[in-house]
Amino acid sequence: MNDGYLMGKYDVIVVGAGHAGCEAALASARMGKKTLLTCINLESVAMMPCNPSIGGTGKGHLVREIDALGGEMGVNIDKTFIQSRMLNTAKGPAVHSLRAQADKHLYHLEMKKTIESTPGLDLKQGEVVEVLTEDGEKKVRGVKMVTNAVYLAPIVILCTGTFLRGRIFIGESSYDSGPNGLAPSVELAENLKDMGLPLRRFKTGTPARALDSSLDYSLMEEQKGDEKIVPFSFMNDSLEREQISCWLTYTNERTHQVIRKNFERSALFGGYIEGVGPRYCPSIEDKIRRFADKKRHQLFVEPEGETTGEVYLQGMSTSLPEDIQEEFYKTIPGLENLKIIRPGYAIEYDCIDPQDLTTSLESRRISGLFCAGQFNGSSGYEEAAAQGLMAGINGVRKLEGKGPLVLDRSQAYIGVLIDDLVVKGTNEPYRIMTSRAEYRLLLRQDNADTRLTEIGYREGPATKERYEKYLEKKEKVEREIQRLETTRVNPDEVKAFLESKGTAPLKKGSTLAELIKRPELDYSSIGEIDKERPALTDHEATQAEVMIKYRGYIKKQEMQIERFKRMESRRLPQDVEYAQIDGLRLEARQKLDRIKPLSLGQASRISGVSPADINVLLVWLERNRRMEK
Amino acid sequence: MREKTKDLTDTIAAISTAQGEGGIGIVRISGAEAGRILAELFVAGNTGHDGKGGKDRGKEKETDENGLFPATGMKERRLTYGKIKDPDTGEHVDEVLAVFMKGPHTYTGEDVCEIDCHGSMVSLRKILSLALDRGARLAEPGEFTKRGFLNGRMDLSQAEAVIDLIKAPTEKTFHVALDQLEGRLGTKVREIRAELLDLLVEITVNIDYPDEDIEELLYRDLTIRLSQIGDKVAAMLDTVDTGRILSQGFRVTIAGRPNVGKSSLMNLLLGENRAIVTDIPGTTRDTIREALDIEGIPVEITDTAGIRATENPVERIGVEKSKKSFNEADLVILVLDGSRELTEEDLDIMEKLDGRQALVLVNKTDLDRVFSDDEIEKYIKDAWVIETSFTLEKGVKELKEAIARKVYGGKVRQREDVTITNLRHKILLEEAHKALTDACAMAQQEQALDFIEVDVNRSYETLGEILGEAVSDDIIEEVFSRFCLGK
Repeated sequence: MNDGYLMGKYDVIVVGAGHAGCEAALASARMGKKTLLTCINLESVAMMPCNPSIGGTGKGHLVREIDALGGEMGVNIDKTFIQSRMLNTAKGPAVHSLRAQADKHLYHLEMKKTIESTPGLDLKQGEVVEVLTEDGEKKVRGVKMVTNAVYLAPIVILCTGTFLRGRIFIGESSYDSGPNGLAPSVELAENLKDMGLPLRRFKTGTPARALDSSLDYSLMEEQKGDEKIVPFSFMNDSLEREQISCWLTYTNERTHQVIRKNFERSALFGGYIEGVGPRYCPSIEDKIRRFADKKRHQLFVEPEGETTGEVYLQGMSTSLPEDIQEEFYKTIPGLENLKIIRPGYAIEYDCIDPQDLTTSLESRRISGLFCAGQFNGSSGYEEAAAQGLMAGINGVRKLEGKGPLVLDRSQAYIGVLIDDLVVKGTNEPYRIMTSRAEYRLLLRQDNADTRLTEIGYREGPATKERYEKYLEKKEKVEREIQRLETTRVNPDEVKAFLESKGTAPLKKGSTLAELIKRPELDYSSIGEIDKERPALTDHEATQAEVMIKYRGYIKKQEMQIERFKRMESRRLPQDVEYAQIDGLRLEARQKLDRIKPLSLGQASRISGVSPADINVLLVWLERNRRMEK
Repeated sequence: MREKTKDLTDTIAAISTAQGEGGIGIVRISGAEAGRILAELFVAGNTGHDGKGGKDRGKEKETDENGLFPATGMKERRLTYGKIKDPDTGEHVDEVLAVFMKGPHTYTGEDVCEIDCHGSMVSLRKILSLALDRGARLAEPGEFTKRGFLNGRMDLSQAEAVIDLIKAPTEKTFHVALDQLEGRLGTKVREIRAELLDLLVEITVNIDYPDEDIEELLYRDLTIRLSQIGDKVAAMLDTVDTGRILSQGFRVTIAGRPNVGKSSLMNLLLGENRAIVTDIPGTTRDTIREALDIEGIPVEITDTAGIRATENPVERIGVEKSKKSFNEADLVILVLDGSRELTEEDLDIMEKLDGRQALVLVNKTDLDRVFSDDEIEKYIKDAWVIETSFTLEKGVKELKEAIARKVYGGKVRQREDVTITNLRHKILLEEAHKALTDACAMAQQEQALDFIEVDVNRSYETLGEILGEAVSDDIIEEVFSRFCLGK
């Protein structure tokens, strides 16, 4: 075994420069730590190997939270989007979700530029083949590259995405490969397995990319961006941009016939794939098999950028062989003459069972080894970035001898995501959904800064400028709410206005806030009768409106959170031997021993731990506490 | 997701004396709100001890620092005579002795109050439900003791015993409850939950997958479905017997084919001619329900129209009602005509009675009996048979005694445990119903789906608590199995 040669010493090394790795490295460097970010190929920094968009339900919330904490994803997509839409506007503000189509290439370039210009952050192309440890594999000390170059650091963050022992499947063929034809990382996978990390196989897939000029858009429905663009980043008050449309078309019976006839040629049904794929992101062959009576499926044609003719065929991910891909795509209106320039494929990769991690995303086995992104069993750029940011922050905190920063389920979707992964575990690539959050009405995208910027600033990634902007917004919003609650109008002066909006006349005087609460009215519409209002940014106006309009619901949820916090604040010692606790059922003992929950609240979320087990635990802990005295 | 563990700091209440015919019963309340709750319910009597008319009255006002006890006229740790009054209706519930003890030197280590009342289940339950209405939560089995231990009020050596007490009590209680209700409640709750799950899945998909090609959930449909489910929960609430036996009465249904003397029996028991008595079968077209007192027990007795098949639409309504009352009864009294051979209809009813609480009256024994008790035994094991002759008023006293023994002895007393567990069910059903009503109102106003979801989900989880089902991701599981979603 070659011991290699020392090439450098760092505080933090991040392996992999995808969405998780970029956030982890930037956070670490911004917190003042000397950081190395390695990547098999620098062309894949912040690469989007699947859909060319950022955000969506739940995911958009994550981006806002990442931004509020001082992460880069929101800022970067604001620089590089080619279309922006706020989804779910017909529903409550808690589930309004921002989604932007990215210029993929630009997204990569801008992120790479940011990384290159961040002080204290070194970006290096190279393949890590070994995580170096000491203390009998109990503690990390650095990494070794395929070139035998050794970099030392007390903190290593693994963000290997789909590269780890990656294998691509197209029809009956398969070959070792990372995403998008990049080299896979095989040796590192062996090394991690040897170190005893519980690895498993997950899979995901992507549709073909077609050439824009080969499509007939006249047969499709146009999907334009929003007229008024809402920026992702709290740093941007407003943005103007020429937007590019997406296009909607549908499969038909012919498409389904072609696919059905060739089921056995798909890698998925041919029995070649062992990895577990996500149910929420099925391939088209899977959709047709599982939902046989569905007459048609949507296909969104999404441009991949301004400098390329490549378009993404959203909804049509497939592992059928190339000839069948071409055949079935061509049955779809508008795609009759399509030219595929990259075929769709399924990819299998190694990832860790996230229950082997603590809530700070550190390995339970190897001190100083942090993990983030798809390696932890999640899927999606946003989920990856969120974990990367938290792993970066927690890596630095560990270096500084501080305890972990754990966002709880009432604070952020990031908290829900990590708690779900680490405490409940996952049997398929995990995607965030707003329905996974118990306190959805409070975890809104409009208030992510209120929830998190203070923390981001205290920890380091959020700049002073961001913090001050947040304070200013907060103050303006509070003042505006107060003004609206104290500004009174009398029935006569607003009679005509209320009538024009189809809402009941006032019987007696009322405040503007009371009017905003009416379903027919909102902040912007009452502008007509509110001449005194101050100039507010869109972020500020939205925030003030939501706080007034939904106060009742918000209050209710705040009370629930109080109860939740009480359970979360009952800390559990980390050295408890659950196997020794007699009253616990066997399953509960095993699960608790494995996961070592931080709090009673967390323990209660572990499947297989019953309410009675929690009660037994309480009594047992009290007994122990007294016995120690 | 539902919280698996109840809050450790909220105020809890329970009936803390054994169920049955004890002379005195105690309702215990523990937690920070205990004093306030007592103050809202308790009015001290003017007996001269510590009540309002007592000589210490002025002093107590001074000694009370939290402003609660002047209203009740009681002093801490002194048993005070007074009345429990329903603050909403002003109704006097019972004469009681109450005591308030400030923590930490109490059984649980928290503020505790105890209300000693007459042992009747009516008062006990009424007082308990008043306490629950005012913000207490029904204590889990063993919870007072658990709190006592956690708050350092118990010796270390008692830890094991405490663990034994709380070890999986919930599952056990649920089983008892569900078994004894012959799974009826469980089946019903599961049905309702399945409907709610359907709805939740559709709401979730609508919220989380706005771009997908799926059917939009229309407010009109949502309102209708919510109101239908709400009605079902309301119907269940009507049948859950909380404190019912002693407040509304022990439910007795008189069954038997037409013209065996059911109405006569009813009249005998009531001591007046209420039901129409004729020789024409099927005269009793409606069920007749009366409350009466038998050996000091309030009994709600129902005379049924018979449960035979009929073409007559008016009669058919009566038959449906009879079946319902038959199914819900705590005790069925089957009346047979001893002077005639058993008919198909008799046998049919007897089959339905096996395994249930029943008394069999062989009536018309003034005439010759044509079948023996063994015939009955074939259908109802260990049947309790009483010979009667309603025209001679023979056997009525024996019947009354038998009813009383059924209430106090044997299996019916076990049923008391069920009704206690049922109090929990009732509270949960009420909570679920409220959430559904709220959701329905919001759907009607076309409020945002994600707000409606909060209440729908709350009702779903509350009903899940009745079944004691483990926390799971069933909604998300269903979303993916039912809808074709994804990029």
